[in-house]
Amino acid sequence: MIEIYTFVSGPLAWVAWSIFVFGSIYRLVSMYNLAKAKDSSSLAYMSLPYSLRSIFHWLVPFGTLGWKSDPLMTVATFAFHIGFFLVAIFLGAHVVFWDTAFGISWWSLSDTTGDIISFVVIGACVVFAVRRLTLPHVRNVTRGKDWFALLLVALPFVTGVLAYHQIGPSLLMTTLHILAGELLIALIPFTRLSHALFAVFTRSYMGSEFGGVRRVRDW
Amino acid sequence: MSQIADRLIDDPGLAAGVAQLTPERIEEVVNRVLKGETGAKLKAYQETCMRCGLCAQACHYYVSHDGDPSYSPVSKTTETIYELMNKKGRVEPSRIYEMAQIAYTECNLCKRCAHYCPIGIDTGYAMSMMRRICYLLDVVPQYIRDTSHSHAATMNQMWVKDDEWIDSLQWQEDEARDEFPDLRIPLDKEGAEIYYSVIGPEPKFRTQLIYQAAAIMHVAGVDFTMPSTPGWDNSDMSMFVGDFENMGRLKRAHFESAQKLRVKKIVMGECGHAFRSIYDMGNRWLGYADMPVPVVHAVEFFWELLTEGKIKIAKKLEGPVTIQDPCNIIRGRGLMDKLREVTSMLCEQTVEMIPNREHNYCCCAGGGVINCGPPFKNVRTKGNKAKADQLAKTGVHTIICPCHNCHGGLEDIIGYYELGMHPRFLGDIIYEIMEKPEGL
Repeated sequence: MIEIYTFVSGPLAWVAWSIFVFGSIYRLVSMYNLAKAKDSSSLAYMSLPYSLRSIFHWLVPFGTLGWKSDPLMTVATFAFHIGFFLVAIFLGAHVVFWDTAFGISWWSLSDTTGDIISFVVIGACVVFAVRRLTLPHVRNVTRGKDWFALLLVALPFVTGVLAYHQIGPSLLMTTLHILAGELLIALIPFTRLSHALFAVFTRSYMGSEFGGVRRVRDW
Repeated sequence: MSQIADRLIDDPGLAAGVAQLTPERIEEVVNRVLKGETGAKLKAYQETCMRCGLCAQACHYYVSHDGDPSYSPVSKTTETIYELMNKKGRVEPSRIYEMAQIAYTECNLCKRCAHYCPIGIDTGYAMSMMRRICYLLDVVPQYIRDTSHSHAATMNQMWVKDDEWIDSLQWQEDEARDEFPDLRIPLDKEGAEIYYSVIGPEPKFRTQLIYQAAAIMHVAGVDFTMPSTPGWDNSDMSMFVGDFENMGRLKRAHFESAQKLRVKKIVMGECGHAFRSIYDMGNRWLGYADMPVPVVHAVEFFWELLTEGKIKIAKKLEGPVTIQDPCNIIRGRGLMDKLREVTSMLCEQTVEMIPNREHNYCCCAGGGVINCGPPFKNVRTKGNKAKADQLAKTGVHTIICPCHNCHGGLEDIIGYYELGMHPRFLGDIIYEIMEKPEGL
């Protein structure tokens, strides 16, 4: 078991991160090349000020019509994304990992805070899932890919909480947690989670067109 | 929840088009468009859409059908272009009928959903590309197909022949000279300040609008001209059909007829979609980032005339009015403030619809939907109960409505829901209440 753990937390982590980094670069570069080849009539309108204006407004909870229209979804979305990054980067156990792997260390969350945030993130995932199951306009367009993406992001948190609270065999849970995290990291560029890479550009384009060409707000 | 298959409407254009389709032909055309004409934009939209459903309540069809999820923007894209992308065009001909009906008649390309999508997905663009595929498959509702054919054959929307166009202008000039003895509608006047352009339906069946525009130009002392040659019609149903080749021809003819006359700027009548064609789609197809000749919409033009004092108002229009914000000039070009200033200069009192300005609900006629003709009239009236409710709440009689499509759409909604209201053009009101000095 310890060999599996060593493998998962060592070489496999490097594999996962490599797939993430090179996969992301590949996806971004090829998408940009495709845009240059086929979407020049849109690229020509890209504007940094209008992009930032749009991104800023959409980063404010309840700052847009969309965010105002579905408060539960808005709270869940912000809680999920903020919690995701806080835990991934600042959780005590993760900070130790950053330190041992890369020799870099920074401020970390207390264990209790990290635990609470993890539950919040899981709660947000539950909200997403319940929406998919119960709201007709969401259920109607939900496909396997959407469930898979949700599963990918929920698993590291669920296994993390189990491992932290020592529910089940500790080493196994920790190994599963790391595996789930690696699966998530490696698959971001190739699943619906690729919105992490592309959303900033789709948002920017909408902001540029609504600001520069249409001269109106896009929020 | 309903499905598109439950609400198919008989249309000769769609039926005849689908009858000649084969799965091989569909696959070939779909992939030709997806590989040859679309790119990163569509791909990113399809891939990054998280199916969160926030766009649903943006759509007047969804709202008007009591939240029927099949009318939500994300459902409409998922059921059409995204499905073709996923299946690489391998669908049955009958499916194309359904997709065409969604794309041409259940989306006005109004882009209101853009205000609700956190990721910034442009459903209007996705549906335009779906229409493009349908056009290349020759599966297009008959009425709008005929309109686009008219553009292709005559360079105007209404099969108006070249001599009939000139005749209409001279007829209106003659009529107007009873009222204004020195009024002229100068044709092909080189170097004029303003080139006035209208849409095909104006000479065809709203000819009085040309009379009124000429009267306003005359009273304001504007140096204007109208072209006697093709290019005069700024409208563009080819754009909405997906016939981008003819969209390009139309816009080129329009811009070039103005350039030949060396005018300073083009003033467009009160139409919304034509404006979209010159600032958004036709210009881009031709490779212009902006317009090669400055173009202003009637709302801006009237605003200039009124603020510069070239037109004086004798007595404001009595009674409260409300304002219909046409998507293509408001959400499309930010003219909401000028529209309100003009309205307040003309009318005593304004009661706003809610929501309004760039968050307005579409009239449900735009995007070529009204041009799909009588078979789809109920789609528009039942599909915009949201607008009927909005209108009824204002409790007014008159709707300021600076767009031809909105006029048609609102008239139908008003009739169907028995609202007892009446949309009016700004030019119509200005003509009625402006000072008309003696002996002009």
